[in-house]
Amino acid sequence: MAAMVRLQREPFDAGSEMALLKRGRGDIGAVVTFTGVCRADEAGAPLVAMTLEHYPGMAEAEIGRHVDDAERRWPLFGVTVIHRYGRLEPGEDIVLVVTAAAHRQDAFAAAEFLMDYLKTCAPFWKQVEYAGGKTWVDAKLSDDALADRWTGPGGRREAAE
Amino acid sequence: MKLCYFAWVRERIGKPEEDVEPPAGVATIADLMAWLSGRGDEYARAFDNPKVIRAAIDRAHARPDAVISGAREIAFFPPMTGG
Repeated sequence: MAAMVRLQREPFDAGSEMALLKRGRGDIGAVVTFTGVCRADEAGAPLVAMTLEHYPGMAEAEIGRHVDDAERRWPLFGVTVIHRYGRLEPGEDIVLVVTAAAHRQDAFAAAEFLMDYLKTCAPFWKQVEYAGGKTWVDAKLSDDALADRWTGPGGRREAAE
Repeated sequence: MKLCYFAWVRERIGKPEEDVEPPAGVATIADLMAWLSGRGDEYARAFDNPKVIRAAIDRAHARPDAVISGAREIAFFPPMTGG
């Protein structure tokens, strides 16, 4: 399977990443792309910017482990994960997940699985900047619950359904 | 061993990384947090609530009872908020 994990400051282009994954292949019948975007508010307060800190080395390794896990769970033909770091303003893209498979169910499930784990296991930390100062974003218990649903019996998503 | 700190753990301690030689008897991640807490107010504040601090040994997640002997790099950080 073609797997690519990339961390970068620069913006990414979801369309060209998807085209790259599909190029020269006739077996792909479904591609899911998910883009996480910086909102203009956090917990109701207007946001000036967001800065993402990460743990170089571990972030790539941890995302790579979950890409391998996704590949074991679903018959995938390709996965691309790009996570940005540094200072981002509202409207800018934060993260991209692209999954390719023969059929949509596998592509959707793998993309959702990867995002749920990125939220809770990949070593990134968001600091938000308001007009009045900066604060670190607290982890959400609801995100832990979303990641936990993939660890149910059989390793699928029984817990969520 | 090298210690790395991220996000508000880094801010409270006041540095991103350092080299330390913990004494014999500091065997686990939990022991290391307790030992670091005794090194000064900035550490005590960072590890004030050890339950919320996450750790990694050689760039893989590690639980508080994980043994640290042989580790080259140990990191401490708050719960992750990426994605």
